[in-house]
Amino acid sequence: MAVWFTRSRFMSHHLKREVGLLGLNNPSFWSSFTHHNSSPLENCRTPETVFSIRRFESTKAEKQLDSRFDDDENLILDFPGGKVTFTPEMRFISESPEKRTHCYRVLDDNGQPSMCSSFEQISKEVAVKMYSNMVTLQIMDTIFYEAQRQGRISFYLTTIGEEAINIASAAALTTNDVILPQYREPGILLWRGFTLQEFANQCFGNKADYGKGRQMPIHYGSNKHNYFTVSSPIATQLPQAVGAAYSLKMDGKDACVVTYFGDGGTSEGDFHAALNFAAVMEAPVIFFCRNNGWAISTPTTEQFRSDGIVSRGQAYGIRSIRVDGNDALAVYNAIQAAREMAISEQRPILVEALTYRVGHHSTSDDSTKYRPVGEIEHWRVARDPVTRFKKWVERNDWWSDKDESELRSSVRKQLLHAIQVAEKVEKPPLADMFTDVYDRPPSNLSEQEGLLRESIKRHPQDYPSDVPV
Amino acid sequence: MATRLKRLERWASLSRRGFSTSCDEQKLQQSGKNVNLFSAINQALHIALETDPRAYVFGEDVSFGGVFRCTTGLADRFGKNRVFNTPLCEQIVNEAAKFRYRSGNQFNCGGLTIRSPYGAVGHGGHYHSQSPEAFFCHVPGIKVVIPRSPQQAKGLLLACIRDPNPIVFFEPKWLYRLAVEEVPEHDYVLPLSQAEVIRPGSDITLVGWGAQLSVMEQACVDAEKDGISCELIDLRTLIPWDKETVEASVRKTGRLLVSHEAPVTGGFGAEISASIVERCFLRLEAPVARICGLDTPFPLVFEPFYMPTKNKILDAIKSTVNY
Repeated sequence: MAVWFTRSRFMSHHLKREVGLLGLNNPSFWSSFTHHNSSPLENCRTPETVFSIRRFESTKAEKQLDSRFDDDENLILDFPGGKVTFTPEMRFISESPEKRTHCYRVLDDNGQPSMCSSFEQISKEVAVKMYSNMVTLQIMDTIFYEAQRQGRISFYLTTIGEEAINIASAAALTTNDVILPQYREPGILLWRGFTLQEFANQCFGNKADYGKGRQMPIHYGSNKHNYFTVSSPIATQLPQAVGAAYSLKMDGKDACVVTYFGDGGTSEGDFHAALNFAAVMEAPVIFFCRNNGWAISTPTTEQFRSDGIVSRGQAYGIRSIRVDGNDALAVYNAIQAAREMAISEQRPILVEALTYRVGHHSTSDDSTKYRPVGEIEHWRVARDPVTRFKKWVERNDWWSDKDESELRSSVRKQLLHAIQVAEKVEKPPLADMFTDVYDRPPSNLSEQEGLLRESIKRHPQDYPSDVPV
Repeated sequence: MATRLKRLERWASLSRRGFSTSCDEQKLQQSGKNVNLFSAINQALHIALETDPRAYVFGEDVSFGGVFRCTTGLADRFGKNRVFNTPLCEQIVNEAAKFRYRSGNQFNCGGLTIRSPYGAVGHGGHYHSQSPEAFFCHVPGIKVVIPRSPQQAKGLLLACIRDPNPIVFFEPKWLYRLAVEEVPEHDYVLPLSQAEVIRPGSDITLVGWGAQLSVMEQACVDAEKDGISCELIDLRTLIPWDKETVEASVRKTGRLLVSHEAPVTGGFGAEISASIVERCFLRLEAPVARICGLDTPFPLVFEPFYMPTKNKILDAIKSTVNY
């Protein structure tokens, strides 16, 4: 008993100090508990002493205090942010939930809808467009990847394995919804009407590229399609998305922002900042995490210890869902519901899609160096989202082998043509190097442009001939 | 401690003299009240929010008024939807600066102005007294502006907010309370990328910005007693900077001294020095002098040693003139 007493005294002093610090900015918080110049926590060693505090209060105060106890007679603390119940039991919250969060899915691996799955039926027209876009994305990846291997473009990055995430999420949105992509989401642009020629122009950095040849291939962007230009640094788009969403909110727009990122991006400080901003600002933004298992060579087991990404949402006060990223119907339904909630309730939503990066991270990567080929093959063959969706579309009699071969041959032709054209279009003019640093070129840039042009005149052999000067 | 008090006293006396009032902006002196720098900033922010419904103020502690009181009253007046606290999230170099360029001018970051306290304050130490302007000057796409006084702060801040480019606006901490001068209450802007000759002279050109200008001003006054006529220029915008004004002055005086609190190596003074040597090599009568902070982290108790003091500047003026 003596031991317990000493220890509890220590604890109470400790508590007083800690709580005192917490209460610094909130005098009213303490005033409701202190009496006779002493802190109640100092006496708060047993449940009995808690009752004794009650007795010291006046009748009026007692009436108020009655409501400060829960059903088990535990004192309730009216703390900023909400009421908290005291407990005599010292219990640490477990580092992980008893069960991992379930993953919403509609179609099984054979493209058969689950009997009890809740999902909205989509029309033939939308389904066929979705499937066609998924196939187009696959072919685009194959051909551009090959073009990079042939040295025709400097870099490429495929979306293979994540076609359902790209196309189904795009299909569930309207074109007024603003996209802040990472870099593995070209399917959204494709869905919105960005042409294969426009993709090729960007990858070749020719004068028709909206980015004026300034960024690496795959850094697409289109104001017309409400798709912000891709930026290489990881997760920087997340806080920006919250800002864009806040702007939609303030303008009273019937639209939301959707921002995409990978599992690796969630380790960045920007992820934390963005989720926290969004929750506090009540911004209509959907955070779409493509958990594809690999951040270049870092597996998720080395990235975090939490139950994936979905579990983080609650900590920030954000409604969240885990979805099968290789099931186009599940992604479509989850995003449609998320969009509805984000806009009508003006709140952020976190979506974690479980998927797999079937391709290498980029053309600068060989993923067989760090992951088993069997694992890649399993996801490429047995869990391919395009095949799964195709089975469902075919089951509805919306798609035939003839449609398939016509589509594939047509897309292939269009892409080869687009590459040939993009290759021949001249590079952006030299003047484009100096514009857009600021809204107008300042004198130092004009001066530097003049000096460069003189140098080009004197040494034309030093400079690429395909850039018009 | 004594040194610090002395410095404070000096500031007070300078501010009473209305040190910053410019010769070419006399018109600004109408209907003004004497206010300090934080109040001038506060006025500018009120005007910015009043005149543009899409203007927002957010950041750490801005809602209650801020540690330096610059945002006092804004949340009450304009509501918490437009003036709100946010945690820090810094994306200046990779995102704000390149947003326009990397999207081919399809997107931009919408007239973003980042206000930041800056510079020595007598008791700040490594983090709270440093002067990182040169970092930002080396990032194409950003502008860097530093005011020297309340009147300047208001006009330059409004110009920054209305400029369509991302701007880092450094507010010299030392001036927040100590610099007091008449500031017009109406809406006005001062031009960006235009330096200002605040003291004409013929023997040597001195270039500086922010709080350092008053130290330089004192050196000018003392030099005058020795018969040296100094021309003092406030650069105001560091990037893109007004080379022409500095060049014209150096062509007249044949000598240049640059002074800043930031460490001398790789400081913005180096850029000014190199550019002026390029443009005025044959006109220069002496090497360009740089009287700046030392290449150490800002050292708390050694601050008086670290700083580019009046006498360091005065010695350099003399040795440059007598070179």
